[in-house]
Amino acid sequence: MSIPHISCLRMGKPYRSFNESEVKDYRDGSVKATLSQVNAGIIRRDLRDISRAREALSKFSTRQLIDISSKAGELFLKESLPLGDEGHLQSAQDYLETLSSTSGLPHVMVQRNMDKIHYALTHLELILNGLTRGIDFSILDKGHGEQAGAPVCFYPTTDALGLVMPSNSPAVNSLWLPSIALKIPVIMKPGREEPWTPYRLMQAFIAAGCPKEAFGFYPTDHEGAGDILKLCGRALIFGDKSTTDLYAGDPGVQVHGPGFSKILIGDDEIENWEKYIDVMVSSISDNGGRSCVNASAVIVPKYGKEIADALGKRLGPLKPLPIDDPNAVLSGFANPKMGEWIDQTLETDLAEKGAFDATAPYRDGPRLMQAEGGTYLRPTIAYCDSMNHVLSNREFLCPYASVVEVPQSQMLRSIGPTLVVTAITADETFKNQLLAASNVERLNIGAISTMKISWDQPHEGNMFEFLYKRRSIGMAA
Amino acid sequence: MPNEEEVKKAADELDAHVAEIIKWHFSPETGCPFWLDWAKEQSWNPLEEISNFNDLCSKFPNFQDEWLRDLPNDVWVPKAYADRPFNIFETGGTTGMPKQRIGWDDFRIDYTAFSDTLSDEHFPRNHYWMMVGPTGPRRLRLAIEHLANERGCSCYFVDLDPRWVKRLIAGKQFDQARAYMDHVIDQALTILKHRSVSALFTTPKLLEALAERKDLVKAGIKGVFCGGTTMDKQYARFLVEEVCEGGQIGFVPTYGNTLMGLARHHPISADNDYSIAYYAPQPRAVLRVVNPDANQAVDYDTWGRVELTTLTKEFFMPRFLERDEALRRKPWDEAPWDGVAEVRPFGAMEKKIVEGVY
Repeated sequence: MSIPHISCLRMGKPYRSFNESEVKDYRDGSVKATLSQVNAGIIRRDLRDISRAREALSKFSTRQLIDISSKAGELFLKESLPLGDEGHLQSAQDYLETLSSTSGLPHVMVQRNMDKIHYALTHLELILNGLTRGIDFSILDKGHGEQAGAPVCFYPTTDALGLVMPSNSPAVNSLWLPSIALKIPVIMKPGREEPWTPYRLMQAFIAAGCPKEAFGFYPTDHEGAGDILKLCGRALIFGDKSTTDLYAGDPGVQVHGPGFSKILIGDDEIENWEKYIDVMVSSISDNGGRSCVNASAVIVPKYGKEIADALGKRLGPLKPLPIDDPNAVLSGFANPKMGEWIDQTLETDLAEKGAFDATAPYRDGPRLMQAEGGTYLRPTIAYCDSMNHVLSNREFLCPYASVVEVPQSQMLRSIGPTLVVTAITADETFKNQLLAASNVERLNIGAISTMKISWDQPHEGNMFEFLYKRRSIGMAA
Repeated sequence: MPNEEEVKKAADELDAHVAEIIKWHFSPETGCPFWLDWAKEQSWNPLEEISNFNDLCSKFPNFQDEWLRDLPNDVWVPKAYADRPFNIFETGGTTGMPKQRIGWDDFRIDYTAFSDTLSDEHFPRNHYWMMVGPTGPRRLRLAIEHLANERGCSCYFVDLDPRWVKRLIAGKQFDQARAYMDHVIDQALTILKHRSVSALFTTPKLLEALAERKDLVKAGIKGVFCGGTTMDKQYARFLVEEVCEGGQIGFVPTYGNTLMGLARHHPISADNDYSIAYYAPQPRAVLRVVNPDANQAVDYDTWGRVELTTLTKEFFMPRFLERDEALRRKPWDEAPWDGVAEVRPFGAMEKKIVEGVY
């Protein structure tokens, strides 16, 4: 079978460019697909005509689009779908294996990501209900109506949702899925190494009956990405801090950068810390430690060294396993240089006074290793003697966390902006302080993994409030 | 493809022209101080040893462009032109002391010849042109006006300073670069709004930007003459199919510079994957695609460095290595000599080249 070519989708219509990139196996570099690369001018021209895409979606009711989304979820999870426009079909197993081979994610993690996406698509009614706070879908269709006895009117803030996607974790695609049921087309630059998931999702939607015009899939360069963010009116960008800082403060761009998620243990529960090691381990290492909701710091009032040692004992021995091993925890690096950079950074920062590698005593060999044909980083737990240490509030694309002792009274001030906080405490005063904290996006109170997200409560931006605004309305009888 | 006889005839004409130009530039009664002095320092005599293009390629070293920057202009004045003031033309986007080429009639001769390659359908006679791009000290500004005049047209001008754009981009002042481009486009749109124009000369990026803000077909544009920066196959296709609306506007890409003149292009379409091949105005200029270390043309359809030889009575420039690379293409019926295709900055695949927004 020839190598598939994934064309760009211009309002759902395949467009094969003369310029192509390759998506390669993270182990042997073999080419798994070629990808059409388009110039920014093509995106700008298509956006001039984007109202056509919105009109195509507007012909459907929200209810119909929820049903289409649900069907798309089933197709995505189970069925064969077109891959490119040359007759290649991709089964669910093909998708899993190919994505695994180019991303380095073990099969078991890809399957979990698939399940998350499937859940999101098949529970869109629940999600929209959470996003809209229970607005009757007929109000969304008409644009106005009554809610709880009061008139309400909503208008879309844009004709298209722009997306500049990452390559690190397939489930981030679940963030844009509600956009279709909200009748807003998507214009996407996929991650360089992860075209598979968004392309398959778009094909699933189209196969489920969604108008193809709703989908723009544009592998492109920096100029193209910049235009998607600038011209779509509403856009999501994923990236590291240097990327996301560029768009901080832009109300049209929702920034998804590092999460700096954390586990906090209160004074009242710290004596029981051993009970919570499992939740710490899963928060740090699930999904290969690649998510913004992975915990990257454990903040405790005391027993810091003991906790670091216990985490080291659990995580330190972990080794890369075959990619299809159901017990695999570590992910390979699609870009080995990234792994090398992280390893060097950790070594340099650990050499600074005030920190030590608590995993080192339990790791037989170096952190960076070649195994299973690829490049891997084994987990790292860094004990830091204060939040001033450079490693105390860092995030890396691997299982990494710091353990830091901070008095409970200073914890919330010291943690900085944090996507997910899991606070293990029953202390009412501390709970109230946590509930009032403005630097925490999602708060788990109790021993809940930071990885656990609620689909009916967005942990990072509300897509409905991003894509629609409420306005006052008066209508003559 | 031209037949062997046509290719040989063109090669013979080139050889005869080379002999004539060598005689002109290296004879004390007609030549310029630079080449006469240069010849005195050599252990061989061009007048005796160069009788064809192969001789030229094997005997002359690569022309050093610093000579055009460092030496006074009058060393390049052939004796036959000594009593006529010359134009001073500068090369495109460099900063610091620019390279300068002097000239008298070459640009008129080159562009008059080029006019014959343009169709009346897309470049109507007796109407108006507009140039949006680098004017200033460049030969292009006078050349485009002459070309328009040659076709009975007059030409409006909107300037763009590529040296400023390069500085902005090198300094990562992308907002300023964008603002400057908008400023240029605003001026062009103002002309289009108030005046009737049927033909444009501009750069690919400016053409794209213009088309984003105005329907060029509705604005009455029938032909676009375009050059200045790289156009790979995908970009050429985009410009033809989308910006020029699939042929409604005639798209004429060109490759040229102050040192050469103007190379015409082989027609492009989906049939040849929009691979733009240019053919030099031989025998006045010759383009080779070479391996510079071996001083040999590369095989057809493979990449090599672009080498230019200019052979006019005003200016002799042997084997100048351009800062471009290209694919070598076979002769074409209308230009039975080698072409250069998919021209891009030399080393473009290895490093990022600042070409700017223009």
